[in-house]
Amino acid sequence: MDLKEKLISSFLAFENKGGLDLDSNVHTLRLKAIQNFENEGFPSKKDEEWKYTSLKPLLKHDFSLFPSGEKSVGFKNVEKYLINEIESYKLIFIDGVFSSFLSTTTHDECDVCVLSSALTKPKYKMVVDHYFNTIAKENNSLSELNTAFAKEGAFINIPKNTIVQKPIQIINFSTGSEKEVLLQPRNLVVVGENSHVQIIERHQNLSQNTTLTNSVTEIFVHKRAIVDYYKIQNDTDDSSLIDSTFVSQKLQSVATVNTYSFGGKIIRNNLEFQQEGEHINSNLNGISILNNKQHVDNHTLVNHKFPNCESHELYKGIYSDKSTGVFNGKVIVQQAAQKTNAFQQNNNILLDDGATINAKPQLEIFADDVKCSHGCTIGQLDESALFYMQSRGIPKESAKALLLYAFANDVVEKIKIPQLKTRITKLIAKNLRVDLGFEL
Amino acid sequence: MNKFTEDDLKKELETKEYEYGFYTDIEADKFPVGLNEDVVIAISKKKNEPEWMTKWRLEAFKVWKEMKEPEWANVRYKKPKFQDISFYSAPIQKKTLDSLDEVDPELLKTFEKLGISIDEQKRLSNVAVDIVIDSVSVATTFKKTLNERGIIFMPISEAIQEHPELVKKYLGTIVPTTDNFYAALNSAVFSDGSFCYIPKGVTCPMELSTYFRINEGGTGQFERTLVIADQGSFVSYLEGCTAPARDENQLHAAVVELIALDDAEIKYSTVQNWYPGDKEGKGGVYNFVTKRGLCEKNAKISWTQVETGSAVTWKYPSCILKGDNSVGEFYSIAVTNNYQQADTGTKMIHLGNNTKSTIISKGISAGKSQNSYRGLVQISPRSKNARNFSQCDSLLMGDQCGAHTFPYIECKNKTAQIEHEATTSKIGEDQLFYCNQRGINTEKAIALIVNGFSKEVLNKLPMEFAVEAQKLLEISLEGSVG
Repeated sequence: MDLKEKLISSFLAFENKGGLDLDSNVHTLRLKAIQNFENEGFPSKKDEEWKYTSLKPLLKHDFSLFPSGEKSVGFKNVEKYLINEIESYKLIFIDGVFSSFLSTTTHDECDVCVLSSALTKPKYKMVVDHYFNTIAKENNSLSELNTAFAKEGAFINIPKNTIVQKPIQIINFSTGSEKEVLLQPRNLVVVGENSHVQIIERHQNLSQNTTLTNSVTEIFVHKRAIVDYYKIQNDTDDSSLIDSTFVSQKLQSVATVNTYSFGGKIIRNNLEFQQEGEHINSNLNGISILNNKQHVDNHTLVNHKFPNCESHELYKGIYSDKSTGVFNGKVIVQQAAQKTNAFQQNNNILLDDGATINAKPQLEIFADDVKCSHGCTIGQLDESALFYMQSRGIPKESAKALLLYAFANDVVEKIKIPQLKTRITKLIAKNLRVDLGFEL
Repeated sequence: MNKFTEDDLKKELETKEYEYGFYTDIEADKFPVGLNEDVVIAISKKKNEPEWMTKWRLEAFKVWKEMKEPEWANVRYKKPKFQDISFYSAPIQKKTLDSLDEVDPELLKTFEKLGISIDEQKRLSNVAVDIVIDSVSVATTFKKTLNERGIIFMPISEAIQEHPELVKKYLGTIVPTTDNFYAALNSAVFSDGSFCYIPKGVTCPMELSTYFRINEGGTGQFERTLVIADQGSFVSYLEGCTAPARDENQLHAAVVELIALDDAEIKYSTVQNWYPGDKEGKGGVYNFVTKRGLCEKNAKISWTQVETGSAVTWKYPSCILKGDNSVGEFYSIAVTNNYQQADTGTKMIHLGNNTKSTIISKGISAGKSQNSYRGLVQISPRSKNARNFSQCDSLLMGDQCGAHTFPYIECKNKTAQIEHEATTSKIGEDQLFYCNQRGINTEKAIALIVNGFSKEVLNKLPMEFAVEAQKLLEISLEGSVG
């Protein structure tokens, strides 16, 4: 039985067993979603959006869909994956199940809790009915699959005029208690007017077993709100991730999504910004540093629908060994979106033969009074810069590392949480196999 | 005051007729509509082709029947009904011509209207012309001068008869019959086109030129061009096209193959001015063209195109950089106005070491048109030190049009250096104001700015064409800034 059939046939059992409310609107959404998935199936390479990424190697696994029960994982084991230097709210999931023991939630100034309770508790019904699955794309069969099995994940609801003092960490662990496991976390983030929140998201496999995570996050940013979202993707070589993030912005809001991809077998990031008002600012930043046979595919879309908005996109990639990088950045400027400023930049460095880059920066512009540009480069380290450093007594390897570090630094500079910046810097240094020799 | 001038201009533009929209009443030998194996065989017979050619066509036809029309391009149009098209139309000529004096006077008049006189004038301007009306080549000038240097320049139908070894060796090697829907169709039914062979070490003393014209209604034009530059030779080749204004959509599906052997250079320039349809988007030519060139060692192929006509354009002149140190270039201006749609660009396939490619694409869209750049730069794992520079600039005039870029970059070698940049903008009010302030009226100012915008590409055209292209640009765009 292939994975698609397995998923479809287990859908009924999932709904019945899961203690889910079968009268709710969410049930209707699930039914529709599974039907759409049944019609569409998994995307193949024939699909223009999946031209450079094949899911085939993933689909042959016999994934366990519902890992059993809450595993006890000691704080010691997972400590290093958390950012403990600062106080934060934590939402920690183990094999898709919420771990109340490791987490720190709140209902005081804002709601930082789990989606399962939001889906069932009447007091959140309004919020869920109003937002849940409204911007996740219907023609995307993988996010439909997630919707069909949506049950658990982070639920963050920030009321008006609230500045959330502590960052929120969302971390999904898989323990490898089952040999091959498919996880489908689903996050819903609603940020009210004038509010501000910082969120850090991470997926981590604690074993060497195969995991596939199909994650969907919907983020609603209301008037003048500010959202900073950080994604750390530094998983084991047996873990794959399909991450779809949909952001809907209202007027004068600022949303930033940063994606740091350092590890994993196949990572596919779908990132979509829909601008639903004027004077919006959308920022997309990313660094990919890959080696071995890793594959990262960054698909971004910024849809400019209203006048006077901006978008800034900066993606950098360093690829060694036999790794593959894909960048597909699409910017659409609708006819009404006059005075749009849209900038997109994608820089790549190939370090080894066998590494591959496929880039497709795409502009679709229907308005005339706009400033739009994209730039894309593929190249190597500057020989003369290397020589200069060597001539001053810096060993070649260190010189190389410094140059690469400098290359990635543009993006690192954009991190607004100092502790996180240090963490990312260390990860970069480790991935470039260098000792910077100084603390940052 | 400004406003007044612009409105005036707009009116002028809308009523401005397509200059070449006339129809010449020449007796034509036209096949009944429809396409089947018999038609393919009949075309082949008409041309008195050898058996291998007929076989080649039939194979292409077989492949074509299995294929589906491509739909990935960013253009929308009513699919041509292939059974409603006549696949062969030729002006009737009583006998083979010995000299130009014997050419049908109606034909000569057509040429004069088109601004091509086959007589002295052209001789002075030093351009050898091959003229293709509907489906057949009607006149080729300068054969003698070219023959002296061993250059073969003749209709491809004659080349099949006279130089079968060359045609057989190269035809379909760059664009195989199975390449795509329209290439397969062309291979099955092409009736004529130009053939050109430049022998080793010869620099062609004059520009070679082909002029295409669709004259008859209800026909399609399928021409095939094959240019072979042998080792160390050089040729500059020009191509121009026009068609009468008709309400129906006519189909033009050409295939061009260029082969540049070691150290050779081919410069291929196109000024495409097929009938673009009227201002409501009615009629116009569908231009579905496959153009591709192969570069051997140290060879260079340079494509320059000015695309102002056609209702729908679907065209990607490409270079396969097979040999080491080979160079591919692509310079393009695509102008769309009213309801025109263009999806054009290039493919640069780097296979050899130290290969270089340059892409400069300028898109100008006005009215309600859509203009897309679609390109591929591919560096194969074995191609060391490949270098690519691409630049795609779009200029938008008015808020009803669209400009799109779809660049694909695929790099599999660490020594490659690739740069791609694209910008989209409109003509700045400050730029116009600056010109106005210095006594240049808005119309002239726009022409000036557009010319400046396209200069990089216009500079690459041979002299005679550059002037024509510049004029074309002005005509296509005048007054379209609102």
